[in-house]
Amino acid sequence: MTTEAATIGLTHGGSEDTGLGHRGPESKSIVVPYGFWLFVLSDMVLFSALFASYATLVHATDGGPTTNQLFDRNLVAIETVALLVSSFVCGLAMITAKRANMMATQFWLLLTGLLGAVFLFIELYEFTKMVGEGAGPQRSAFLSAFFTLVGCHGAHVTAGLLWLGTMMAQIWAKGFQQHITRRLLCFSIFWHALDIIWVAIFTIVYLIGTLP
Amino acid sequence: MTENEDDLFDVAPGSPHNNVLSEYVAYVIGLGLALGLTAVSFWVASTSSLWGPGIATGLVVLAIAQMGVHLVFFLHITSGPDNTNNVLALAFGVLIVFLVMIGTIWIMAHMNANMSASPELMNLQMQH
Repeated sequence: MTTEAATIGLTHGGSEDTGLGHRGPESKSIVVPYGFWLFVLSDMVLFSALFASYATLVHATDGGPTTNQLFDRNLVAIETVALLVSSFVCGLAMITAKRANMMATQFWLLLTGLLGAVFLFIELYEFTKMVGEGAGPQRSAFLSAFFTLVGCHGAHVTAGLLWLGTMMAQIWAKGFQQHITRRLLCFSIFWHALDIIWVAIFTIVYLIGTLP
Repeated sequence: MTENEDDLFDVAPGSPHNNVLSEYVAYVIGLGLALGLTAVSFWVASTSSLWGPGIATGLVVLAIAQMGVHLVFFLHITSGPDNTNNVLALAFGVLIVFLVMIGTIWIMAHMNANMSASPELMNLQMQH
């Protein structure tokens, strides 16, 4: 280790951290999920812009349907529980993956995907129902903002399901190699983050939107 | 997730680790708390026994609490020294999220209030 590298902070400090460590950079199994964590946080910044535009436009209904007329709390409750349990089961899959237990991991991942599919199915049902009632995204600024915000979350869930299927196939074909479990960890960060964003959506859009 | 966990000084976000609670227990507690907070949110939104104007604020507080539960029990963000980098990144993300949301809502609400000299015109602009 050269003094130069230590001086400009290229190395990593240990517990006796002086900022001038002697261990070198962290392993890939730390750096890659950390980079993905940064991506997820920037994704949340993207959603914050969509939330801000939704909050600004929520009353601009142009004489069309309002939040109280459109949203069904019972459907939202089912969606919420499905996505929350999916997130929980994804955590169980991470524990079994750590122990390299193939059948248990595949089972939990499959359950994660099925619950995610239930969520997506209900959301698509809600969207088609709204469009069928003439409450599509072109109806008013409120509905444009609604479909952008909730649709963007739904698109993330769809991408997550595709990723999940890919990960199940990769674990099956290649086993619990380090680069595979690293990808699986990134997927679990993504999936938990989607549930965090959904908490904001069901509160701000659906619950506050249907207050009497 | 890693083979030499004791040898590492940083922990990746979302990686299960058992320095405080057993792994399963952490997830089960998280699920219980999240389900509880969700149930309270739906109850608060539908009850008539609470002070009406405060309900929206209460719901936002409950949502933030639930996000905290998810971060701690599912993504395993802790205050430990191995989590410093994760927490700092999270803090910056939260800062930007709040700046964008509160800034936008604040400014747009004030523009709406201060530009109401001609309600008909305002109506046209806001509703199209």
